[in-house]
Amino acid sequence: MSKPRNYQTEAIIIKKIKLGEADRILTLYTPHLGKIQAVAKGVRRPRSKMAGHLELLTHSQVSLARGRNLDTVTGSQTINSFLPLKSDLQLTAYALYAVELIDQFTVDNVENYPLFQLLRETMHNLCQGNNNELILRYFELHLLNQVGYRPQLQQCVSCHSPLEAITNSFSPRAGGMLCPSCRQSQILTYPLSVNGLKVLRFLQNSDYNTSSQLKMNPELSQELEGVMRNYLKYLLEREVKSAVWLDTLRGQIKQTALLQD
Amino acid sequence: MNQGLIPTTESVYKLIQELNKLPGIGPKSAQRLAYYLLRAPGEQAKLLADAIISIKQKTKLCSICSNVTDSDPCSICRSDQRDQTKICVVEQPQDILALEHTRIYNGLYHVLHGAISPTEGVGADDIRIKELMNRLQGGSIDEVILATNPNLEGEQTALYLNKLISPLGIRVTRLARGLPFGTELEYADDVTLTRAIEGRQEF
Ligand SMILES: [Zn+2]
Ligand SMILES: [Zn+2]
Repeated sequence: MSKPRNYQTEAIIIKKIKLGEADRILTLYTPHLGKIQAVAKGVRRPRSKMAGHLELLTHSQVSLARGRNLDTVTGSQTINSFLPLKSDLQLTAYALYAVELIDQFTVDNVENYPLFQLLRETMHNLCQGNNNELILRYFELHLLNQVGYRPQLQQCVSCHSPLEAITNSFSPRAGGMLCPSCRQSQILTYPLSVNGLKVLRFLQNSDYNTSSQLKMNPELSQELEGVMRNYLKYLLEREVKSAVWLDTLRGQIKQTALLQD
Repeated sequence: MNQGLIPTTESVYKLIQELNKLPGIGPKSAQRLAYYLLRAPGEQAKLLADAIISIKQKTKLCSICSNVTDSDPCSICRSDQRDQTKICVVEQPQDILALEHTRIYNGLYHVLHGAISPTEGVGADDIRIKELMNRLQGGSIDEVILATNPNLEGEQTALYLNKLISPLGIRVTRLARGLPFGTELEYADDVTLTRAIEGRQEF
């Protein structure tokens, strides 16, 4: 369906790039138009009426005018600024990680309503300020569902036999679990504990309310982050940039904790 | 977009190309400026060329505050008229010009040359945070004023600096964030309004 001359949409701002002296090119994730790019004129000037409504990690109602190359934002009104999240260094880092993944795994102009809902839900959940690692793992697994890279966790991807209650292996290239006898067929695999596999399966097959009941200890949390990050890195063929910042902040927290001990 | 711009010579064409790379200069303006310079008296073009070359050759970054300067340390760091116990932290050298223009602040500065932007791969080590932390080691600074931009990257940078600096027992303040002068309340976004209400003052 071609877009009319002027149109409106809800959107979460997932990326911004400076353009010229006072403008930006924004990347918007919308419920029914998917990912779109638009020019926002004058938003880097202090008197811009739109700037605050078009900041990164903001859910807004946006009016746009169709342009020859890029559409132009003509107005915007905040629906949810996710303020609790933006006032916290760590939470903002988590949210930036989520929007970077959305940007990396989607192409322009392809509608994916469940993915929009997932992003909005994730921003909302991060505002609560607890369970953050779980929120991210849940987000990653459901993002992968939506973009066609759902990891196979139920059985061995190679021989299709059920997985025994022992440490099996995750293979990014095979896109799922390998039993101990099939592990040799892949060069790069990561061990995944029985509990780790259980948690990933549970998160993959539950909604967020059910998932949020789960408690993960730091070791388990770290194991799952490692496996998921390696899988994402394999799929994207590069590091997730904002993950580096997450690591920096975590290192800082550990250091502070050590100093206080 | 370049239709109708048919420069006569290679050298004029080259100048137009270079002018077109400047912020705010489109192809039409670039053409106008190039032909203006072509007609202008010889010394005018030479003065401009010399000025451009000298900002590249003569200026450097102040070894103390990282501001752009002709002499090192810069005139602000050298001045005994300035309050040596306060440092105002900004993202860009241009921000110092804006603050100096108000004549209300008389302390020192520190230029970060950027802001933390995780999705663009700009982390704490990519801007001049280490240099700032080194300046705070001496014990002569009693207040750091965070004047990073009131956007997501500036906020992140301020939150991060606060985390690093406040354990040192140095007072950390942030420029007030509220409604910009000359605007109307109804257009303000939630974040700005929330901060403006939180930061309200006795009349
Ligand atoms: Zn197998
Ligand atoms: Zn200086």
